[in-house]
Amino acid sequence: MLNVTPNSVGSVAPPAGVVGVGFSPTADDSRVISGTVGDIKAADPRMTARNVDVYYGDKQAIKDVSLDIGKNEVIAMIGPSGCGKSTFLRCLNRMNDTIDGCRVEGRIMLDDQDIYDRKMDVVPLRAQVGMVFQKPNPFPKSIYDNVAYGPRIHGLTDNKQELDEIVEQSLIKAGLWDEVKDRLDSSGTGLSGGQQQRLCIARTIAVAPEVILMDEPCSALDPIATARVEELIDELREQYTIAIVTHSMQQAARVSQRTAYFHLGELVEVGKTDDIFTNPSHRLTEDYITGRFG
Amino acid sequence: MSHTLLILILLGLMALAYQLGRRRSLKLVGGSRQVKALHSLPSYYGFYTAIWCGLPALLVLFLWVSLQSSVVRDLVVSGLPDSMQSLPPARLGLVINDIQNLAQGNIVSGEISPAMQAAADHYTRLRQTSQAASFVVVLCIALAGLALGWRFVSPVFRARNRVETVVRWLLVVCSTIAIFTTLGIVLSVLFESIRFFEMVPISQFLFGLEWSPQMAIREDQVGSSGAFGMIPLFAGTLLIALIAMLVAVPIGLMSAVYLAEYAGSHFRAWAKPLLEILAGIPTVVYGFFAALTVAPFIRDNGALLGLDVSSESALAAGLVMGIMIIPFISSLSDDVITAVPQSMRDASLGVGATRSETVRKVILPAALPGIVGGILLAVSRAIGETMIVVMAAGLSANLTANPLQSVTTVTVQIVTLLVGDQEFDSPKTLAAFALGLMLFLITLVLNVVALHVVRKYREAYE
Repeated sequence: MLNVTPNSVGSVAPPAGVVGVGFSPTADDSRVISGTVGDIKAADPRMTARNVDVYYGDKQAIKDVSLDIGKNEVIAMIGPSGCGKSTFLRCLNRMNDTIDGCRVEGRIMLDDQDIYDRKMDVVPLRAQVGMVFQKPNPFPKSIYDNVAYGPRIHGLTDNKQELDEIVEQSLIKAGLWDEVKDRLDSSGTGLSGGQQQRLCIARTIAVAPEVILMDEPCSALDPIATARVEELIDELREQYTIAIVTHSMQQAARVSQRTAYFHLGELVEVGKTDDIFTNPSHRLTEDYITGRFG
Repeated sequence: MSHTLLILILLGLMALAYQLGRRRSLKLVGGSRQVKALHSLPSYYGFYTAIWCGLPALLVLFLWVSLQSSVVRDLVVSGLPDSMQSLPPARLGLVINDIQNLAQGNIVSGEISPAMQAAADHYTRLRQTSQAASFVVVLCIALAGLALGWRFVSPVFRARNRVETVVRWLLVVCSTIAIFTTLGIVLSVLFESIRFFEMVPISQFLFGLEWSPQMAIREDQVGSSGAFGMIPLFAGTLLIALIAMLVAVPIGLMSAVYLAEYAGSHFRAWAKPLLEILAGIPTVVYGFFAALTVAPFIRDNGALLGLDVSSESALAAGLVMGIMIIPFISSLSDDVITAVPQSMRDASLGVGATRSETVRKVILPAALPGIVGGILLAVSRAIGETMIVVMAAGLSANLTANPLQSVTTVTVQIVTLLVGDQEFDSPKTLAAFALGLMLFLITLVLNVVALHVVRKYREAYE
């Protein structure tokens, strides 16, 4: 095997098609990305993405990614920073629409609808595909109003009792009810970080989505709060389809059934989580999960 | 030889002192490679020497200049003949004025007596002596300071800490100047107001419904009783401010929302400065616009509708003032709206809210304290605005809630009371100070409320 020290990396002419010479400790043909390795299909797909390209202005952030998100499963997306996993996640409920100069090509279907279709309305889409963000972002409103925000916007209830019921159920599902049931009127921003993140999950659940997207939901939390949220993700799997972006491989291994490895905007490998972590097929995946870079 | 020259020389000396102090510090440790042996960086030694050179000298110069005129004056007075010295203070002041004018070659009232000519010469001589003496003394102090500072320089000397202390005191002095100026203005207005309230009962001023500040100067003058009720003025002020806010708040707030939430960065880049140009238009120009364009427009259209509109109306002044205030509100609100974290927008859009729902239910509540603060500042501005009202709303103090009538405001009345020659013992003139005091109190209360609102809700999103 060709061993190259970091200093001499630039002097080695990379073979055509090799991506990210600067990232790889070594450069040889086994690290060429030629299409995705593994089965992109899920047994019972809820969302399907086919040949998705995303551009920020002239820069291409995602190259030809195809992936299924299966029903009642958790799919984890891992990869080094800047590999496009968050961008891909944000395509799934069109949150990228809010970014200036962002362009999405390819097809993403939710059940049988093309979500980038001209006729598609993002408001019901985002109700169906909810999102939890990296930093807990409760509104500066009361805990009750935070959870009731979505149902009120979508007019899901017409009386106070039903709304109370939705708020209670959402908080129960998010595992926060027992901690906050006596102080629903106090501000959501006064909770601890982990509680805030679970409040955000409750807020997402309250509009009864089918898919929940989580963008590094635990990266701002301490280990105990992280464990609590991971437990919650596992419980939520029974009712929802979940896609989670994470930097922690242990977390991916703990919560997900399938794992997708992204590298510089390309989807390198997809497969059952156990297979990916015990027996990766692609060299880049192996490099990443064994901690050689990323 | 002027003091400007002296100050320039002092600045030159300070620059020299800086270089000397710096060089000496380096020389003491043996060159720039040994800087680590110094307690502070060489430039601090330079600054320290420069401060010793400049500060005491400037202080002395300042004291000299501020005391010079009164000392010279006293000396001149003591040199005058006894017949002049025994004059009453007011007359004596006039004589001294004449002497000063004579000495400076200005026009003098009345005849020039030999005594006055002598006094003028005396005055000129004294001034010249004082000038020359100040030159010598200040330069001596500067050089002595330079030498002293230069001697202080040594590797263990803590120059940085000393310089920092001087800087701190400099900042303290600057902020106190601002505070004392405000205090001085308030006190001067307060004392004149108290004199006014000795002549006109305070209850009549506060609750009187009639404003007609004409006082009889001669015994036989007609139709000048004098009525000092401030209610019509404040009613007019509030009426115009209310109309202005009705125009400015919706337009300003909505344009801020558009700029911050909807407009692309390209459009925003030129629209925002353009909007801020509105704030740069002098109020006099707004005044023309109000008086020559808006007021006739309103009158003509009102006439078409069969309304009786006076040619100077509260509506015209209020509309134009509202336009003037738009950039205040839009610019301040735009800043607070952009300061709302992106994560709030993401959270709201992420559960499927539309942009306008996000603005209404998340952004505006989160930005509310800042917006309210901006609006209250704009209200103080509207209440204090003079020029537009002078030109467009008229001078007659009507007590009316009809915006089509002409009204007047507090600031306009202050202007008309103080324009031209006035005697300072008449309530007519002093009323201006009482009005100013009231205006000051109202804007003060508004500002305090604004600060309180902003502070109370500031940490809403964190």
